[in-house]
Amino acid sequence: MSDSLNYAYYPGCSGTGTSIEYDMSTRAICAKLGITLNEIPDWSCCGSTPAHTVDHTLSSALSARNLALVEKMNLSTAITPCPSCLTNLKTATHRMGKDEFRDDVNKLLDTPYNGGVDTKSVLQIIVEDMGLDALKSKVVKPLKGLKVAAYYGCIMNRPPEVMNFDDPEHPMAMDNILTALGATVLPFPLKVECCGASFGIPRKDIVMSLSGKLLDAAQDIGATALVTACPLCQMNLDLRQDQINSANGAKHNIPVFYYTQLIGLALGLDEKELGIDKLCVSPRKVINDIGAEDAS
Amino acid sequence: MEIVNITKSYDSSFVKQVEKESGQNMSHCYQCGNCTAGCPYTFVYDQPVNQIMRLVQAGQKETVLKSKSLWLCATCESCTTRCPNNIDVAHIMDVLRHMARREGYAPVPTVKSFWDSFLSSVEKHGRVFEIGLLASYIAKTGRFWTDVDLGPKVLPKGKMHFKPPQIQGKEEVQKIFNRFKEESRK
Repeated sequence: MSDSLNYAYYPGCSGTGTSIEYDMSTRAICAKLGITLNEIPDWSCCGSTPAHTVDHTLSSALSARNLALVEKMNLSTAITPCPSCLTNLKTATHRMGKDEFRDDVNKLLDTPYNGGVDTKSVLQIIVEDMGLDALKSKVVKPLKGLKVAAYYGCIMNRPPEVMNFDDPEHPMAMDNILTALGATVLPFPLKVECCGASFGIPRKDIVMSLSGKLLDAAQDIGATALVTACPLCQMNLDLRQDQINSANGAKHNIPVFYYTQLIGLALGLDEKELGIDKLCVSPRKVINDIGAEDAS
Repeated sequence: MEIVNITKSYDSSFVKQVEKESGQNMSHCYQCGNCTAGCPYTFVYDQPVNQIMRLVQAGQKETVLKSKSLWLCATCESCTTRCPNNIDVAHIMDVLRHMARREGYAPVPTVKSFWDSFLSSVEKHGRVFEIGLLASYIAKTGRFWTDVDLGPKVLPKGKMHFKPPQIQGKEEVQKIFNRFKEESRK
């Protein structure tokens, strides 16, 4: 295993709460794959969507405090599982390339950030730094017979000049990972359509409609599970699936995994360690069917 | 259909301000409609995003800043990604929200309350305290029934903490907010 798989790790707030299983499974698979995660000591919130809707300098300052902490760690790359955190960290870096903006941001900070940190998603380093062949060689329990739709959400890859990873309209990173794990990845037309994001609380109707479409599409193509890379997408599709069914007169019962949980299962890790029991829609039947003789 | 007399109501300083804050050239928009074609939120907007772009070009400050669309944009980046003239449309929507806030418009109060509650939580604790955020949102809006059905699903899973997060840099984060407020007053 390469020594270079060594990163600063930014879990993000939801990783300590509503998406704890994403953080758990990320840490578990990285340990197994020889990827070293050094949690940024005393990291703080990136400000998420609300900060950038108020002011861009404030938003970038909230991110830059964390990037300045990474500079002190003498690590060149910070990784995060969460696309929303990633967008904020990357946008801050991108905008702070301009002197005037950087000065404005640094005025708000105790410790100025000089712009020396690269930020990536955990997904990106698995695909690019580690590589699919290395991942495939560690699979002990192929996900044979599991038919999945890979759903990336809206901001993992967009806008392309900021995110700088994979295709903005038709990303393949998760598809390729899941194929390497032995799953059957179905062509999912709504890969990058928005799920309704953080409107679940203030405008639930929006999430019911947009996430409802995603579940309908997953069912239409014959997927038995959805796979996500975003805490907000996962929460809207999983925790709110009953609400969506009630609102839309649907009867979906589709488990919604984090892709890291499926990597973990294929690596033979314990379900408990991957937070499988934290999912709301039970994935029991889908997991039991993996590798079954009659699975096609 | 609303008829606007542009000669009378064109506000050139508004157009310049949007361009300055967003770094975008509004005249690059030729109304192809690609942003609206890809926008998942048109079904709840009062003005589709391409019309927001056109209204900004036409200097219609009040019509733009009172639009609900500004508060219902999720910054999903479809418009920015698909604009054939490389206009960062989502950035413009964000900047218009900033301006609407400064001018005191909040036509979708629940969304503003949610974002405000979120940021108060970050300001107070340095990280988001999810249960505290929900409580603050409910206190602000009086919507006591918000997601009560989700409690039994999420609480037994141990995914929500009842105590706020504790980080050493809490005061450092508070200072970011304080300095931001000071700078905004200048």
